[in-house]
Amino acid sequence: MGRKYDVLVIGGGNAALCAAISARRSGASVLVLEGAPKFYRGGNTRHTRNMRCAHDAATEILTGPYTEEEFWEDLLRVTGGQTDEELARHMIRESKDILNWIVEQGVRWQPSLGGTLSLGRTNSFFLGGGRAMLNALYLTAEQLGVEVEYDAEVTDLVIEDGMFLAARVKRSINGETEIRATSLVAAAGGFEANIEWLKQYWGEAADNFLIRGTPYNRGSILKMLLARGVQEVGDPKQCHAVAIDARAPKFDGGIITRHDSVVFGIVVNKHAQRFYDEGEDIWPKRYAIWGRLVAAQPDQIAYIIFDSTVVTSFMPTLFPPIAGQTVAELASKLELDPAALEKTVTEFNAAVRPGTFDHTILDDCRTEGVTPPKTHWARRIETPPFLAYPVRPGITFTYLGTRVTKEARMLMQDGKPSANMFAAGEIMAGNVLGKGYAAGIGMTIGSVFGRIAGREAAKHARNQNS
Amino acid sequence: MHGTRILDEADRLMTVCNSCRYCEGLCAVFPAMEMRRAFSDGDLNYLANLCHSCGACYVDCQFSPPHEFNVNVPKTLSVARAESYAAYAWPRALSGTFARNGLVISIIAALSMAAFILGFAALNDHSVLFGVHTGPGAFYELMPHNAMAALFSAALLYAILALVMSVRAFWRDIGDPIGRADCGSIFQAMRDAGELRYLHGGGVGCYNEDDRPTDRRKLYHHLTFYGFLLCFAATSVATLYHYLLGREAPYPWWDLPVVLGTLGGIGLIVGPVGLFVAKMQRDPELLDEGRYGMDLGFIAMLFLTGLTGMALLILRETAAMGPLLALHLGAVFALFITMPYGKFVHGIYRFVALVRYAQERRGEAGS
Ligand SMILES: Cc1cc2nc3c(=O)[nH]c(=O)nc-3n(C[C@H](O)[C@H](O)[C@H](O)COP(=O)(O)OP(=O)(O)OC[C@H]3O[C@@H](n4cnc5c(N)ncnc54)[C@H](O)[C@@H]3O)c2cc1C
Ligand code: HEM
Ligand code: SF4
Ligand code: SF4
Repeated sequence: MGRKYDVLVIGGGNAALCAAISARRSGASVLVLEGAPKFYRGGNTRHTRNMRCAHDAATEILTGPYTEEEFWEDLLRVTGGQTDEELARHMIRESKDILNWIVEQGVRWQPSLGGTLSLGRTNSFFLGGGRAMLNALYLTAEQLGVEVEYDAEVTDLVIEDGMFLAARVKRSINGETEIRATSLVAAAGGFEANIEWLKQYWGEAADNFLIRGTPYNRGSILKMLLARGVQEVGDPKQCHAVAIDARAPKFDGGIITRHDSVVFGIVVNKHAQRFYDEGEDIWPKRYAIWGRLVAAQPDQIAYIIFDSTVVTSFMPTLFPPIAGQTVAELASKLELDPAALEKTVTEFNAAVRPGTFDHTILDDCRTEGVTPPKTHWARRIETPPFLAYPVRPGITFTYLGTRVTKEARMLMQDGKPSANMFAAGEIMAGNVLGKGYAAGIGMTIGSVFGRIAGREAAKHARNQNS
Repeated sequence: MHGTRILDEADRLMTVCNSCRYCEGLCAVFPAMEMRRAFSDGDLNYLANLCHSCGACYVDCQFSPPHEFNVNVPKTLSVARAESYAAYAWPRALSGTFARNGLVISIIAALSMAAFILGFAALNDHSVLFGVHTGPGAFYELMPHNAMAALFSAALLYAILALVMSVRAFWRDIGDPIGRADCGSIFQAMRDAGELRYLHGGGVGCYNEDDRPTDRRKLYHHLTFYGFLLCFAATSVATLYHYLLGREAPYPWWDLPVVLGTLGGIGLIVGPVGLFVAKMQRDPELLDEGRYGMDLGFIAMLFLTGLTGMALLILRETAAMGPLLALHLGAVFALFITMPYGKFVHGIYRFVALVRYAQERRGEAGS
């Protein structure tokens, strides 16, 4: 058996690296075990672009203040109150300092990207995106002397009475070995890439889900922890899902497969029937509901139908729209019943009332006499070519996690805090985010609790060693 | 779609990037891309020449290989850039010189150096070629000044003509609407080129053998670029001395042409060596390996020019002067006439692309 580390970090994303750096800076010896190969290191963090932090004044890259109170109110609203207030407020307070701390770890900010101006005040964007952010964190960690292993999937945890003893790791070269450490930080993400697990809640429909991020977040660590007596938190049936292009790969298609054109047209299912008010709400809320809506449709597929007048109203897309000179031709290309789609479009067009279109507000363009209605931004679909994007549910992350304290320490089922086990990131996001989502909060949870977990894990190791 | 496989690939990548935009803050390419929704051949050639090949967008991209989206912007734009040189070359008949450029450049260099040596030998007495010449006019005992000036002016004028014609075609293709460049944009582009503003990976440096950025290539490029300009300045000052002041080369070591030439020569020796080493160490994934010949040919030509020039300066009062002068003049002559048909054009095309970019930015800010 090899040497014993002060702190073992499982995972290789934002939460894991923040924990590793913070533990190392607190004087601990640190080993990071990342299950993915080097290129895919960093799980879903690779795909991110921004982080939401409170700040009292505008900065070089943020257009105005975003107070702790405002952040809290936003969180309260998106979660519908399903949040641990004490923990959440603590996180928001700590997020202020993260803006500077993360820069000290080599990460660089930039103003919000083209097409996302609505986030310019609240969210700080990573220069070069999430992979650039990760590269910086890895570089800093390695310079500080953190040891990192790739292709090192943890397959088992030895835990006795809420006390972590050792982890079994499957390496690509040396086979299985056991690694001992004084403290554990679990930062291995959620279970969104584990289709079998998703099926427990969604049934066979989960086979038609696309996973937007890494194939390596299979939730194995979460499952082990819950099985070894850690208290769970968050609704296991909840997951964040958006409508993404049906032509996207099964895993790891990332940000570029998204569609935000729903408001500019109508959405039909495979029977060419509309099923929900496409004009209900403004971004980002409308963005986050369509994944679940499509998941509830037969075969988990839907089609955003629009016409050539609106193509330049939204960001250019990775996959080109499918086009037809007539609605019937479009329908046959989509393998929908042409007569049914024509009927749906004709009925919709007939129901559109005159109004003044403005996609930045809840405008007065709406339908009358069609079910479901389109309550805003309703305009006739009549100028060929007629266009469509096929969409499926794209799963971003899951909410089920381990319950933690303000020190990021796991709580056991008997209510006692674990002696030496800490959690950070998506694996414990459910403490703060019972449901819903506010852009950029995933990274806030990872950085804030990662930093805390690393520090506390190092502290525990120091106390044990002395 | 486009005329060539590489432009099709560049189009595919720009479509991916345009729906992602994470690299927006890294350089000029991505903001320029965002001003477009579809990409013509000219647009892609423009973006290719805006790219400084810093490598940051490869290291930072979540979709770079082995990801199935296979996004490699630096490599793709490198290939597209080199093909754009051939596409706009003037006269068209000579665009083929870009295909096996390393070979073409070495042959021309070897031929011109040989021609000068043979010419000196044929036209001069043996004792003159290998004699020791000192004092004003020493060089011209081997080749009359007027002949030298006429030959080199002709070579340079041809190079300028060919470059102007190529760049005109390039500018027409990328300029929409075809416009004249305004002074502000030109000035902005001079600053951006002069400091290599976009060879910086968004601020940290450029990427070489791994994911640790450095400013090494920028430094060596500055040595090369400013070394070249200093040498050019040295020659120009010397020409003015000759015709305006009637003072003949060689000049004493403290005189302006020699000081400029020495500083420039050092830059032209150290810079290309540094760039060569950096190139050899760079991750091949970032490079257009098919174009090593062109790149190395150019680096070698600059190095040879610097080296023979410095050797001439140091040994000008010995019997080696004659052969060295022949070699140096041969190198410079080859550098001049191959300018429009080698990697030298990268500077011109990049500059023009930077002018266009400055223009677009002003247009955006104005609207
Ligand atoms: C397309 C997309 C875009 C997003 N954009 C944003 C955004 O802009 N802002 C934002 O805040 N959030 C965003 N999110 C959410 C964000 O990605 C997550 O909240 C965040 O990355 C979670 O960080 P983490 O460190 O907890 O997990 P991850 O970054 O997912 O890291 C988990 C790590 O654990 C490793 N692992 C898993 N199992 C094991 C094992 N058994 N052994 C060893 N290692 C293991 C994985 O390989 C992985 O490296 C986005 C998500 C997606 C999919
Ligand atoms: C407008 C001015 C110029 C700009 C913006 C510019 C920019 C660049 C950039 C970005 C590179 C690296 C990428 C590449 O290999 O293409 C480069 C390479 C190089 N440049 Fe320049 N350049 C300019 C002018 C010059 C001049 C005048 C010279 C010398 C006469 C020169 C010599 C070189 C050399 C030797 C290389 C290395 C080639 C290689 O590694 O393949 N450049 N230049
Ligand atoms: S290079 Fe990659 S990360 Fe950068 S903009 Fe393009 S797709 Fe996005
Ligand atoms: S290699 Fe550098 S300069 Fe070229 S597109 Fe990428 S980031 Fe921009």
